[in-house]
Amino acid sequence: MGILNYKFESSNILITSLDGLLNWARLSSLWQMQFGLACCAIEMMAASASNFDIMRFGVIPRATPRQCDVMIVSGTVTLKMATRIKRLFDQMPEPRYVISMGSCSNCGGPYWEHGYHVLKGVDRVIPVDVYVPGCPPRPEALLEGIIKLQEKVRKESLVKKLVPSA
Amino acid sequence: MTAQEIYDNLKAKFGDAVGEARLDALQPWIAISETRTREICQFLRDEPAFAFDYLSCLSGVDYADGKLGVVYHLFSMIHRHKIVLRTMCTREHPHIQSVSAVWGTANWHEREAYDMFGIVFDEHPDLRRILCGDDYPGYPLRKDFKVPEFYNGMKVPY
Amino acid sequence: MKESRTLPTDYVSSPERTSSGRTLRTDEMILNMGPQHPSTHGVLRLELVVDGEIIVDVIPHIGYLHRCFEKHAEHMTNYQQVIPYADRMDYLSSMCNDWAYALAVEKLLKLEIPERVQYIRLIMAELQRIASHLIAVGTYAIDMGAFTPFLWCFRDRERILDLFEMTCGARLLYNYIWVGGVSHDLPPRFVEKAKDFCRDFRKTLKEVHDVLTYNEIFIKRTANVGVLPKDVAINYACSGPMLRGSGVDWDLRRDDPYGIYDRFEWAVQIGKGEAGTVGDCWDRYMVRMREMEESTKLIEQAVASIPEGNVQSAIPKRIRPEAGEVYVRSESPRGELGFYVISDGTASPYRVKARAPAFVNLSVLPEISRGAMVADLVAIAGSVDIVLGEVDR
Repeated sequence: MGILNYKFESSNILITSLDGLLNWARLSSLWQMQFGLACCAIEMMAASASNFDIMRFGVIPRATPRQCDVMIVSGTVTLKMATRIKRLFDQMPEPRYVISMGSCSNCGGPYWEHGYHVLKGVDRVIPVDVYVPGCPPRPEALLEGIIKLQEKVRKESLVKKLVPSA
Repeated sequence: MTAQEIYDNLKAKFGDAVGEARLDALQPWIAISETRTREICQFLRDEPAFAFDYLSCLSGVDYADGKLGVVYHLFSMIHRHKIVLRTMCTREHPHIQSVSAVWGTANWHEREAYDMFGIVFDEHPDLRRILCGDDYPGYPLRKDFKVPEFYNGMKVPY
Repeated sequence: MKESRTLPTDYVSSPERTSSGRTLRTDEMILNMGPQHPSTHGVLRLELVVDGEIIVDVIPHIGYLHRCFEKHAEHMTNYQQVIPYADRMDYLSSMCNDWAYALAVEKLLKLEIPERVQYIRLIMAELQRIASHLIAVGTYAIDMGAFTPFLWCFRDRERILDLFEMTCGARLLYNYIWVGGVSHDLPPRFVEKAKDFCRDFRKTLKEVHDVLTYNEIFIKRTANVGVLPKDVAINYACSGPMLRGSGVDWDLRRDDPYGIYDRFEWAVQIGKGEAGTVGDCWDRYMVRMREMEESTKLIEQAVASIPEGNVQSAIPKRIRPEAGEVYVRSESPRGELGFYVISDGTASPYRVKARAPAFVNLSVLPEISRGAMVADLVAIAGSVDIVLGEVDR
């Protein structure tokens, strides 16, 4: 409700742009793919538990990629898993976003030097929108990553994408 | 039973298949032949005086002199005694007899040793790579392993 | 791909008949419980061969989180540098991983550990055991469909993480127990807060027992499911709650002692088959619940008698053990965590092999799930309590 506060001047009429309305709807309900790889997944689970409560941002875990908006890649991406991550990302319907959580999926993390089976950063296979640093990042850091993603979504223009002349 | 007694008994029963032993080390170990590991381990498990029914750990090692080897850490739940067995093979002929018929846990441990070192375990029911992908080039934990540049289109080094 | 499975010899087609009397032909199907699945507790792929709803075979595929721990250990310039990598193996019980590795190197070095350090290590390991079992029980409940115990368990776990954060600054991966000592001494109010936690935690345990343990739905889903017989458990080298749930009275803290566990009053919990058969999923769950109570007792006794001292006095400046090898095992929340360390006399290890309990416990999954239904497999896989970081290292 924070975005809608004080927007009502007279009897329940709100004036905004189509982009503003669509973006507000999308950022307030970023459904997340229930997908944790390693240690960062535990911090992600702690973020969904009652102390940090990611659900108040509208982020609900969904098991299937077909119903998700955001994939939080939390943990080390290995070479064996990278092909599956690419496939899962391809199965997500657009508009879709990726948050790379933790140092391993940002850049390979502590395994950058001798990891013969570690992919040095998930952005080698899928495009990433927000990087959350940490090993593992605190749940508050993940919440800040979600907020940054919400800022990014707020500035997007779906109308311009669909109707290029507008 | 002490390590000396175990060694004496094994030497008496298996003769040449039991090699040297280092019984004064921090954890005494006995070397055994790589072609008769299953027989020796079956004896160690089934003989009531030994009763080594628990295989704690099976590790592959790439020794400094160029040989590959496997180290078995055995434990007996009944008698509470431990022993370490060691077997070696060359890089040109990396074959060791599997003990997965004796202890079910050896199945996955041996698959891992195959994956990491390239040691082929004869008579293993299902010898496939377990940790790296099926088409991963090379055996990673060998000392002369070179990290591949690309794997399935992805750049591997940093 | 090599075909490695054979049909069980008593396979029969379905006895269903149509109204005209004709029997239906049925066939097996391969169902993939892929690396991304809400109930596999991480990136585990289970290839199920199912005949309708009944499982004929389960083939686990692992390696999706293989992070080359052993290669990193060989390349570190110092034995202490391996500790952060050991943390990340079983990320739910980092303190226990650190301690197991430190024990192995200390045995090679023949180091004497100060008293205060021993007490601190025991307190941290037992707090970590409670935290790990809370996640095990919480995620097990949520797999069965009960959401509330998950929230209660995580809420209490946050209090344990607060204690850890007070001491060493980190919530999940601590790098705390070093070879020869610990990295930071206990902060001033730690003992008081630990006592408060133990007192409040008993209430939560009682609440979880009330909601879950004798709940009819939970019992129907876990009792008599995934029965692991004693001899199979020993042959497959299962350890920890998997082994104790099958009735084997074996705990490394008492039977292959390390640390100062023998100075305190505590009991080893084993499964007795109270809800169904000995060795079923309910037994393993109950062993974990009772172990949490025992850990609380241990913590209370240890904080009451902890001596003063310098926690860093025994940390060696240069670690250069003489050439040799050692295998040391300790009781992690999942079972027997062992480290086999070979030293060649230089400052970095020659070979470090981590014997992960979850890796070994997982290999028994096909044996205990044949004949179960697909929904039972979720209960069985949850009761094994795997952590993929440890399975794949």
